[in-house]
Amino acid sequence: MAKKKTEQKKWPEKWHELNPGCMVFAAGNAANYKTGSWKSQHPVWDNSKCIKCGICYIFCPEGCIQETQDGFYEANLDYCKGCGICAHECWPGAIVMREEEE
Amino acid sequence: MGKRVGMEVAIAAAEAVALCNIDVAAVYPITPQSHIAEHMADIIHDGRIDAEFITVESEHSAISALAGASAAGARAYTATSSQGLMLMHEILPIVSAMRLPVCMANANRAVSGPLNIWNDHTDIMPQRDSGWICLFTENGQEAIDLSIMSFKIAEDPEVMLPCVVNIDGFQLTHMIEPLEFPSQAEVAKFLPPRKPFAQLHPDNPISMGCFAMPDTYAETVKAKEEALRGSKKVVTRVFAEWAKRFGRKYNVVETYRAKDADTLMLTMGSMGETAATAVDEMRKAGRKVGLVKLRLWRPFPVEEIKAAVAGCKTLIVMDRAISTGGAGGPVATDVKSILYGEKKRPRILNVIAGLGGRDLTVGDFVNMFDLAKKKKDEPFEFYGVRE
Repeated sequence: MAKKKTEQKKWPEKWHELNPGCMVFAAGNAANYKTGSWKSQHPVWDNSKCIKCGICYIFCPEGCIQETQDGFYEANLDYCKGCGICAHECWPGAIVMREEEE
Repeated sequence: MGKRVGMEVAIAAAEAVALCNIDVAAVYPITPQSHIAEHMADIIHDGRIDAEFITVESEHSAISALAGASAAGARAYTATSSQGLMLMHEILPIVSAMRLPVCMANANRAVSGPLNIWNDHTDIMPQRDSGWICLFTENGQEAIDLSIMSFKIAEDPEVMLPCVVNIDGFQLTHMIEPLEFPSQAEVAKFLPPRKPFAQLHPDNPISMGCFAMPDTYAETVKAKEEALRGSKKVVTRVFAEWAKRFGRKYNVVETYRAKDADTLMLTMGSMGETAATAVDEMRKAGRKVGLVKLRLWRPFPVEEIKAAVAGCKTLIVMDRAISTGGAGGPVATDVKSILYGEKKRPRILNVIAGLGGRDLTVGDFVNMFDLAKKKKDEPFEFYGVRE
């Protein structure tokens, strides 16, 4: 039986704070690694055009689009890569991709 | 001295690993490593050791299977050569980055093309920067001793890195030599079962081989670099323990009649013994020559090389490979680089020789020592190539 000898450190800042081999000693923690930092564009919704069909939610390859309480949709920009698939698939044209600098 | 047996070195390498309580071997046969693969399969099939032999379909699969086995906590072994090692290339830095102590024998052979099955070091050199600890052997006894020691070095909690033991193809693998084996009990004492730092297990899920973005990747490279450089002191410590238990002394850099030599030759692998005979002959004739033999290629033993060549006027660095289109042979390029900042450094000649199994005789080494008499230096030169 494998014994738990190691504990997950806080998010490493310095090289010597990394676990050996970048092992991660906790399961189900991929959400803690925010992977959206390198996008150059992000989606913006115009809810006056949105018909709440959810096609953006279905097509998002990152699974980072969520339904809001009032039935519209939004992207979690911590994980959004800015691929633009949601905007491409949104047939009522409710999503536009904006440059990060804007 | 214990009891000696006459045995082919490739068979002996497999027998040495059989003493090491391995859990998994995945070996794909390739000349001149095939006798290691075949004998390892025999040993496991005959039930002489309690291990799994995975009959993989390629070397890429062999090393990949062992990465998984090692991540699950197994002591894992493979052996390869030339094109097989080239096929492993993609996975080698992943094994080291994941800090998995897989051990491997490489029966050094020229890489294609043209197709050539004979010895040189052109197969290991493209793997140089893979993050593996890289040892070279000079004879069959060293192949046995270093094969056993490689597991201890690789698995040390301060190291946790894979290790490759280079055994010159044919020149060593197919020689029948008088060899001494430690007993199973002695090896068990020297090399206890592996205690993995962490392992893949359903009861305690962890992640290995993770993703790192630009904000983290550089830190992972630095961490691996520090681990590899730090492994040198563990190599030295394991060599010292081996000497204490088994009486055979090893150093990361060996010297032979080097103390008062004005001309030194630096070799790696099996050519060291022939070069030593040349040194003996030339010493008889009053020539002040000596040898420096590199046993540890990675991590590069910078201080030890500097100390070994400190007193000489001329250093002839032998390379059994060439960095194509580069500054010369890979060994000489590194040696020149570490001596660049020294106030007093020897004149360095780089000789590329013994490629694709071209024999190097005692006379050849005498001739290569004589290159030191030449007035004009080339950045590197081929020896024995027909002009």
